[in-house]
Amino acid sequence: MSSAAAEFLREAATKSADLAHREIIRLGIDKYDEAAERGRARFSDWQAARQRCQEIKWEAINHQDRYLLQFEQQLTARGGHVFWAETGEDARAYITRLAQRCGVRTIAKSKSMVAEEIHLAAALQKEGMQVFETDLGEFIVQLRNEPPYHIVTPAMHLTRTDISALFKEKLGGVDSNDPQELVGAARRWLRQAFFAAEMGITGANFLVADCGMIAVSTNEGNADLGMSLPRIHVALSGIEKVIPSLKDLAILWPMLATSGTGQPITCYNTLIGGPRTSNETDGPEEFHLILLDNGRSELLEDAEQRDVLHCIRCGACLNACPVFRTVGGHTYGTTYPGPIGSVLTPHLRGLDEYQHLSYASSLCGACTDVCPVKIDLHHHLLHNRRNAVNEARRPWNERLGFKLWRWTMMGAGRFTVAGAFGRGLLRVLYRLGVQGSALDPLGPWARFHAAPRIPAKSFRALWRKGIGAD
Amino acid sequence: MKVALFIPCFVDQLMPDVGVDTAKVLRRIGCDVDFPMEQTCCGQPAFNAGYWNDARPLGERFVKIFRDAQAVVCPSGSCTTMVRNFYSELLAGSALHDEAVQLCQRVYEFSEFLVKVVNRLDVGAAFPHRVGYHDACHALRELRLKQEPREILRRVRGLELVELPYCEDCCGFGGTFAVKFNTISAAMGEAKASSASTANAEFLTSTDPSCLLHIDGILRRQNSRVRTLHLANILARTEPAAERSSEFAAPGTAQ
Repeated sequence: MSSAAAEFLREAATKSADLAHREIIRLGIDKYDEAAERGRARFSDWQAARQRCQEIKWEAINHQDRYLLQFEQQLTARGGHVFWAETGEDARAYITRLAQRCGVRTIAKSKSMVAEEIHLAAALQKEGMQVFETDLGEFIVQLRNEPPYHIVTPAMHLTRTDISALFKEKLGGVDSNDPQELVGAARRWLRQAFFAAEMGITGANFLVADCGMIAVSTNEGNADLGMSLPRIHVALSGIEKVIPSLKDLAILWPMLATSGTGQPITCYNTLIGGPRTSNETDGPEEFHLILLDNGRSELLEDAEQRDVLHCIRCGACLNACPVFRTVGGHTYGTTYPGPIGSVLTPHLRGLDEYQHLSYASSLCGACTDVCPVKIDLHHHLLHNRRNAVNEARRPWNERLGFKLWRWTMMGAGRFTVAGAFGRGLLRVLYRLGVQGSALDPLGPWARFHAAPRIPAKSFRALWRKGIGAD
Repeated sequence: MKVALFIPCFVDQLMPDVGVDTAKVLRRIGCDVDFPMEQTCCGQPAFNAGYWNDARPLGERFVKIFRDAQAVVCPSGSCTTMVRNFYSELLAGSALHDEAVQLCQRVYEFSEFLVKVVNRLDVGAAFPHRVGYHDACHALRELRLKQEPREILRRVRGLELVELPYCEDCCGFGGTFAVKFNTISAAMGEAKASSASTANAEFLTSTDPSCLLHIDGILRRQNSRVRTLHLANILARTEPAAERSSEFAAPGTAQ
């Protein structure tokens, strides 16, 4: 078992038993469910909309080479810089050097999962720069020195009281339990950061190929301040975020908002395609876009799972996932938690270390049902499991177990004998009182279940005697 | 109509009453029921664990056993899903692939068969209790059966169908998931068990015996008054309430 798997099991056991945690998440997701249901009802045909979004992303991903080059050409023509980063390290090094060259000391960062993926903030802080998370949720988890809990709602696991106590401790002079006042305090604090920052870092929700612009959506307008007040704007994006045309946003924007939060559309949706030009009054002097690969090209090669690159990071699959709701976002120990993370992480960080996530699912399929771009999420978990077996990454005893199982099941006689023996053994053992003890052959099951009632006769034995002939 | 019973391996060994009651109901509505004795397992445990090479011969074996059946009926949405939705992928490249795809069209989950094939929503059952229906994931999201079992339950004499909160949430069974990740599985099962209590159901039913095996173990461990019964167990009951109530009443509930 990998160390990541052992850690996951430990954390999962703790969180599964944490009823207070479950209650907080349940309440949050109940509200989301209600809003998302209302949101989906606004579409005249939700399933057709999903289908359309899937087609847009399919076209983009399957012709990524063309669209990315078209996008780059347009953006460069307007004076933007594009850096193709093969790895997270390449991306970090580029941004660090840029910041050092320009004498940057303060950075106003808005939400970006790619920045989390490459641990950008930590790298910049190591170089002595101050990085302010300006998304409210991210700001809160930054104060707690925690990674985001959820890709859309990073502080979902915290109550108002938690945040009130946190602000009181960290911000000084803030002592309130009122959401408006707490938001006001964060805004005043962050406003200073925006004015001081020489560099703004944002993510990108979409890279629009035909106009060479990035599309950024936030509910707080923090990305807009971050890309217009500081002198330098750095945007980070995975290469899979490219879409063919501006027209595609007509459906992708409402789809992202509806799936993400249930809103008809996110509050602030901005297109930016380069630095300030001579006839413009605001905008950055320099604009840099980092296009991150970090394993995505390899995923693109995998025809079976290529559609994982359709993901628009709406977080709907996390909310729908009963495992996510039980163990929480931090337990995964990955940048992307929940179903999309379980599918994606083995590709980004290796199947050996992260294959356990593909097994940590009941394969209920709720994720696949809600995905706005129709990624076949739970079937990809099955595919990852098959890959782990085919690449001989599973323990020998499990492999042997399935060989034996197969041999037994390939003959009705063998199955009948094995079944009768197994039931007989369990009946004897349970009569001897081993249930729940170390000798219980149903060990991990018996920990949470009453002993199964073991019937004396199998169905086939009853059938042979002529049941149901009445 | 001639019907071949497909009884999942664990039902055969651990829940034979589900098989017996399925046969009973099918016979009552006039089906000619056969149980091909050669059958064992559809291969799902190995398939779900990633051991497709070990699952494949079982898939081929299943096709050979059931190839001549007019209709195959299974009291499990999950095992039906294995055959109907996954055999095509599992048996890709097999000489039996095309025959498997043909056969898949004739494999039905029990409630689906009653509603969609023979159109018998009322099977003459009586069960005067408050019953909650748990939407088993494979039946709901792979076979798209949502109203079928409910329509049938609504026609059972005396039965009061109650909707459970979060009825579409997974119960947490998931095969080997329940063993490998028992803490998560149990927490999900406990949430499901408490939803039945919240809805004040006497019985919890479903189309999937595996969910019920899991939920039942948790309910009994909690000393809950809620009992589990497979849909077929309920549909098999025809006797007037007074005669049978002592046998099926949940302990502690007023009769």
